[in-house]
Amino acid sequence: MRLQAVDVRLGYGDRIIVDGLDLGIEAGTVTTIIGPNGCGKSTLLRALGRLLKPAGGEVLLDGKRIDRMPTKEVAKVLGVLPQAPTAPEGLTVADLVARGRHPHQTWYRQWSSDDESAVSEALSMTGLLDLGERPLDELSGGQRQRAWISMALAQGTDLLLLDEPTTFLDLAHQVEVLELVRRLHGELGRTVVMVLHDLNLAARYADRLVAMRGGKVIAAGTPAEVLTESLLSEVFDLDAKVIEDPVAGTPLVVPIGVRH
Amino acid sequence: MTPLSPPPAPVRLPHERPLRVGPVSWLLRLRSAVIALVLLAAVALTTALSMRIGDIPMTLAEVVQAITDDGPDHFVVMELRLPRALTGALVGAALALAGAITQAIARNPLASPDILGVTSGASVAVVAAIVAAGSAHGGPSGALAQLGIPLLAVAGGLAGALIVYLLAWRRGLDGYRLVLVGIGVTAVFTNVKYWLLTLGDVNDSSRAMVWISGSLNGRGWEHVHPTALALAVLVPPALLGTRSLGALRFGDDTVTGLGVRTNLARGLMILAAVLLAAVATASAGPIAFVALAAPQIALRLAGVAQPPLLVSALAGAFLTSAADLVARTLFSPVELPVGVITAVLGAPYLIYLLVRARREARS
Repeated sequence: MRLQAVDVRLGYGDRIIVDGLDLGIEAGTVTTIIGPNGCGKSTLLRALGRLLKPAGGEVLLDGKRIDRMPTKEVAKVLGVLPQAPTAPEGLTVADLVARGRHPHQTWYRQWSSDDESAVSEALSMTGLLDLGERPLDELSGGQRQRAWISMALAQGTDLLLLDEPTTFLDLAHQVEVLELVRRLHGELGRTVVMVLHDLNLAARYADRLVAMRGGKVIAAGTPAEVLTESLLSEVFDLDAKVIEDPVAGTPLVVPIGVRH
Repeated sequence: MTPLSPPPAPVRLPHERPLRVGPVSWLLRLRSAVIALVLLAAVALTTALSMRIGDIPMTLAEVVQAITDDGPDHFVVMELRLPRALTGALVGAALALAGAITQAIARNPLASPDILGVTSGASVAVVAAIVAAGSAHGGPSGALAQLGIPLLAVAGGLAGALIVYLLAWRRGLDGYRLVLVGIGVTAVFTNVKYWLLTLGDVNDSSRAMVWISGSLNGRGWEHVHPTALALAVLVPPALLGTRSLGALRFGDDTVTGLGVRTNLARGLMILAAVLLAAVATASAGPIAFVALAAPQIALRLAGVAQPPLLVSALAGAFLTSAADLVARTLFSPVELPVGVITAVLGAPYLIYLLVRARREARS
């Protein structure tokens, strides 16, 4: 188990969103967390990435409590792409992606050849190599999102947590980002945990789905196990038909309507 | 990591060039280095001019001779002009450094140590002391004026910063909240200061006003030493914090994800800024505008996105020493407080840089 939440209690101040939740992430898998808005999936992802300290329970990275590990050491193993990240004005793509090397740098090792090759590889994987000197504010939404993903890639971690990496993207760019995730997993053996809203894309690109509602895990397993008509009704209050995706053979959700 | 395709050409960072020796690698900004050297030369030039200009004008040769000779000229150069010029440069550097750090943390170019409560806290403490001691004991003099006022200024500055920090802390430190709380606290302190001024005897109040405006008049080695010491202690850790400061410009989740102890790094950098500003204020009073303008001037000269610490410090040193030279020569023998001139000199230059940047952006 690479990453594990044990009986975690999560919230902001007095507002508890997730209580008594257990979840394990196996090495070398792509896990996607799905659920309605406000169900606690981003909160859970933030806790897994030690961006949020649990009010109770613990998060274990490779069996060790993540909050007791030096945060810089965690950053060499675990990369996080937060939801809607913000960058300072006037930053170029190369500057942003180079920032991903931060955990590998010290004041006397500011820009090693390793840093350089990690950044250029990250840029070439996302197809941004030619845009390195462009300011981030001048990019389209899709390019900007790819730049942020490049930054997470440049960090060179084998665990990646992505919070809604496809927001603001049109369908083609969503597929492009998820194909990239698939390659990271297939060719480089990375472990990926992400939050997605599109159930059909989640089913196609994840090994495991975790369905949440009201701060609880309702179901976890392969897409075929999780995406059933009864679960969609339970988790999303959604009446839907689930058929076989003619392209990938994974479950395909066809909504009928919302139950009131 | 095995590359998916043949390794691409090494990426170039737009503003920096790597300098590598074995396992050690540095990022060098050529333009920043050149600007830093130019500013250093400018500070040296104004210092040299300050040695020459005054009630007794001297040529450079006379100044050099006065340093070694034992005469009245020696006193003028070594006890009056040199310590004053050095205090000005050091105080300016400290204020600008504090300003650069504050602006980076607050992610706001209008932030300065004033909003950290340092300068206004120091002002309240000093004005209170001058007014309270004034009528009863014939004004602050001797040990009180020499040591008491600077110590009070440091204490008041630190107390002001502590109040702002405690009010702004809420499960972590947010730059935006810090600015808002700081503005509020500063407004209260400023009004307390004016209330104290109206309470005081006219003579005490006018003496307090000179201090409030920031003045380098009569500054001696006893002001140079503590400021130099503070800079020697605080500049190296501040420069080491440059990388964290760069990361802190991003959102908190991003910074934490990169392995920065966000609140610790932010707290330490603010502490450095507070101490620098407090020591500078203790030496020369709250000199206006240097902490605000010098970092912004420095980042535009260096062509970077974030106030560069070293260049900001040098820009502050130059701005303050040049302003003091003007302050004591423009209407000689009447001397203006240096704080008046820093605002008069710095503001138009900053506006010019802003206007030019807008034009460049449009074209």
